[in-house]
This record gives sequence, C-alpha cells and structure tokens, in this order.
Amino acid sequence: MTAALDLPVPPQRSRTKAILRWMRRDVRAVVSLSFLLLLLIVSIFAPVLAPYSPIDQDVTQLLLPPSAAPWLGTDDLGRDVLSRLIWGAPNSLYASFLAVGVGIVLGVPIGLLIGFLGGWFDEVTSRFIDALLSFPPIVLAIAVTGALGIGLTNAMLSVGFVFAPVLARLVRAQTLVVKNALYVDAARGFGASTSHIIIKHIVPNAIQPVIVQVTLMLAIALLAEASLSFLSLGVQPPAASWGGMLARAYNYIEIAPEQMYAPGLAILLTALAFNALGESIRVALDPTMKRR
Amino acid sequence: MGKILRLVGRRLWQLLPIIVFATFVVFSLLQLVPGDPAVVLAGDYASEQRIAEIRQLYGLDQPFLVQYGVWLLHALEGNLGRSLLTSESVSQLILYRLPNTLLIAVYALVIAGVVGVALGVAAATRVGTRLDAFITGLASLGVALPSFWLAMILVATLSLGLHWFPTTGAAPLLTDPWGAIMHATLPAVALAVGVIAELARQVRSALIEVLNSQYIRTLRAKGLSSGAVLWKHGLRNISVTLLTLLGLQVNRLFSGAVVIEAVFAIPGVGSLVANSALNKDFPVVQGVVLVLVVIVILINLLVDVLSALLDPRAAEA
Repeated sequence: MTAALDLPVPPQRSRTKAILRWMRRDVRAVVSLSFLLLLLIVSIFAPVLAPYSPIDQDVTQLLLPPSAAPWLGTDDLGRDVLSRLIWGAPNSLYASFLAVGVGIVLGVPIGLLIGFLGGWFDEVTSRFIDALLSFPPIVLAIAVTGALGIGLTNAMLSVGFVFAPVLARLVRAQTLVVKNALYVDAARGFGASTSHIIIKHIVPNAIQPVIVQVTLMLAIALLAEASLSFLSLGVQPPAASWGGMLARAYNYIEIAPEQMYAPGLAILLTALAFNALGESIRVALDPTMKRR
Repeated sequence: MGKILRLVGRRLWQLLPIIVFATFVVFSLLQLVPGDPAVVLAGDYASEQRIAEIRQLYGLDQPFLVQYGVWLLHALEGNLGRSLLTSESVSQLILYRLPNTLLIAVYALVIAGVVGVALGVAAATRVGTRLDAFITGLASLGVALPSFWLAMILVATLSLGLHWFPTTGAAPLLTDPWGAIMHATLPAVALAVGVIAELARQVRSALIEVLNSQYIRTLRAKGLSSGAVLWKHGLRNISVTLLTLLGLQVNRLFSGAVVIEAVFAIPGVGSLVANSALNKDFPVVQGVVLVLVVIVILINLLVDVLSALLDPRAAEA
C-alpha cells in the first residue's frame, strides 16, 4: 500500500504552468476567450457601464457623428449609440446561449437515445431529422417564430429548434461509434445497466465533437439573432440589439453612414471569437492534431 | 439511361418519407400558434360565421391527421390557400416572387463556386505558406461576417458612393436582362461571401487530404507534373465532394436571401416569408416554407444523381 504513496506527487504549480504553456501556444484561443469574458462583464455591468440610458430620446441631438462627447454619436431618435451598443451585448449573449441551450436539451438526448436503441425507432427518427435538416434554417426559424409569436425569446427558441436535429444527428453518430467499442462490451459483460453505460461511457466519449459544434453554434445563433432582430422578428424596440441598430442605421444610410459601423463590428467580432474558440477547442481535443 | 432512371426511382423512394415528414412539419406550424387555428386563419375581426366557414373549408373540425391529408391534397393541386392580408392566392404570390429569389441565389452560387473553389485550391496547393494563411484567415472572417451588414456597406460604397449599381429593387430577367443582372449583383455578392468562405475551407481540406494520399505520391514519384496531378487526379477526386458541398449551400443561400432581400427591397420569397411572419399571415408562411423545402429536397436528388454519374461507386450506396 505504501508503494502508491511513494509515487512522486505532481507539484501544485503544474496546472498553472500547463495553462501558461497553453496560453503561449494558442494565442488565438486566449484572445477570443478574453474578448468573450470582456463581453460577459460588459453584459453584466451594462447598467453601470453605459454612460447614458439606452432608450431615452433627445430630439435636439439626432444622428450626431462619433465625437468627444457622445463617443459613438447618437441615433435617429437621439439615443446614445455607445449605450445602446453596451445594452445590446446582454441581449446577444442571452440569445446565443438560449438558442444553443434549447438545441442541446432537445438534440442531445434524442441523439443518444436513437443511437443507443437503434432499430426502427432510429430509422424513423433519423428520417424525421433528415426532413428537418432539409429546411433552410433561418426560414424555418422565422416560420416558427411567426407561429409562436414575435419576440427575442421565441425567436431563439425557434433557432434552438433548428439546432436540435443537427446535434441529434452528431450525437447519434458518435453514440454508434462508442456503443460498439470493446470497453462498452466489457462493461456490459460485467453487468452494467443501460443508464450506467450511457452516462459513464457513452456521454463522456461522445461529447467532444459536441463541445466543438456547440461553440461554433454560438456564433451561428448570434448571427441568427442579429438577422432576426434586423427583420424586427427578434429583440423588440425600444430594447437595444445590434441587429436592430443596423436596421435603423440602414434607414439613414445616405445621411449618416457611420451609424452602421459599430453594431456591425460588434456582431462580427463576437462571432469571430466564438468561431475561433471552437476551432481551438477542436485542435485541443483532437489527438491527431496535438503535434502541430 | 435505364440505370439512371432506376437510380432516380430508388432515390425518390428513399426521399418519400423525408418529403412526408417535411410537409408534416410545414402543416404542423399552424398548430404551434396559440389558440384555435380556425380563428387564426380567419384573420382579425372575422365574424363567427366566417370562422365556422374556415373551419369547414380546411377541415379543422376533423381529426389532426385528416386535416393534414386535406391540406396535403390541396397543396398537391397547387392550392396553398389565400393570404390573410391581401386574400391573393398564395401559390400566385409565390410564383410571382420566386424568380427574383432564384436569380440572386443562382447568381451567388455561381460567384461562390468559382471564387470559393479557386481560393480553396490555391490554399491547398500552397499549404503552410503566407497565401494559405491569408486565405484561411479570409475564410474565417467570411464565416463570421453578417451578410446583411456587408450588404449595407456595399450599398453605401458601390451604389450610393460610386453609383455603379442600383440601390434597391429588382428587374424582370426576361424583358430587362441587363437591369436584372445589375440589380442582382450586389445582393448576390453579399449572399456569396459566406458560401465562398465555407467552400474555400472545405475544398482546401478535401484537396489536402487527396494530395497527401498514396497514389498521388506515386504519380509524383513517376514524374507527373504538379499541374497534371492537380487537374487530372486531385480535382477529379474531389468532384463528388464538391458537388455535395454545392448542394448543401442551397439551404444557406435561401436562409441568407431572407435578410438580403430585406436590405435590397427585392420582392422575393425571402422578404415575403419574413413580412408574412411579422403580419401573422400563416398561409403565406406555410406556402413559402413548403416550396423552399421541396426545392431543397429536389436539389439533393439532383446532386445524388449527378454524383452517381461522376463516380460509379456513389451509385452503389
């Protein structure tokens, strides 16, 4: 028994060191993660950080250009653009995480179930998934939003509903691979229950591509929210959203084209950060890509 | 020829459950609306009598599956109901607007096919160089770029600034082809960028894999020029992958068209579905979604058949 205790104990610092090494090696991940954390902080502290109210109008100060006083100028109703940009952040993050969350809650269990059970249940459900994947995603999301009722939460429930079949198919494929692995057979041989096998063996081993896909989906959800809010199907005025800001800016593109740059950049950078993070996770999790 | 017909028949048979499920989803959209479908379909301020009429007309007093059957039979006859807003026939509305959407989608697909494949090939044949890094970076940017924002920038610079292109609207392709192309160029470019990025990435990785394979190494070893290796063997081997990729982009193009049509005020089915959803005009929403999903499924069929022609191995699957 003492032999085990004699093993060299890994020094406490090794984890910090590993993180530092990872940060040096994967600058992209560090930059995008920092950006997203910053965005999260901005979202949480939006009420404190925003210099002005995002919805108070001032008809004497319409469409002011970016300057020293209101940094990013004012919109067509005299509202402070920077404050609206800051208040748009929590809406965007809420939208992304809600849509992806709904996709996970619906898609992952279904994928696990049909992958594990197989048979006619799998046949029928897989055809249904194929059918759902044949719909142009935004068009289906718009139709579902229209049916459920216009608004940010319903819009993102709809986007999540569009994500679910993608995740279900991915999880199903992963489950099929793991299900027939030797160690699962062994576990079954030792009398492990189905739920034990799913929770202890299939989920941990099937989850890696799902993590990557989910991170990339955050970017897709963000862009979908921007599109839907641009079409006035998402965030409802006077609440602030980046897509909605672009829609207003477009009405005044001839007299104040600078209105469209800040919200567009915010969407682009956030989507880039989610995508970059997803790619970095993919590389980090993929054993064949370790030695690059 | 007989072989191809058999293949089409088999694929259609396989697609049948997908078509049935897809139409079922479209039909079920109405069931998601809170409240009585008959009241919803009758529109605002409808009389009790009108609601009862609608209920009978659509068979809404029947069991759910019978309702679906009635709806599907009507749809097969081309009867998609009437708009709640304008009481125009939904199929007429769609037929009138579909060409505008198809024009920008096909135009975008052509642009994206040419540019995306060229970028992918350029990157794959120069892996690890600055050009490869540049193209890969560009593709990452393209995937994250909101297409409607790009569209706005294009309008601000190229049409309002330089007056190269008209700002909004569409022209009929048959009577005014030049006008139609000019109107469709900026929307098509905005739509194409995301597809270009996706194609460049996928073509790059598919081609890298082929070029690293054993038989390509053998061809190189026996002294075949790199141009011949690329064109005769590399690209030929990814042609089926490429076709599948292009087919998959149709979904993305229709999705993008919704927002792009809004930016350019194009009277297509994309702006139609968005406006109808806003105005709770459900027969129109259902009609557009149905038509688009059927187009997507038929394009999948076409891709399958063309793949089988390009690669006999694909026909076996």
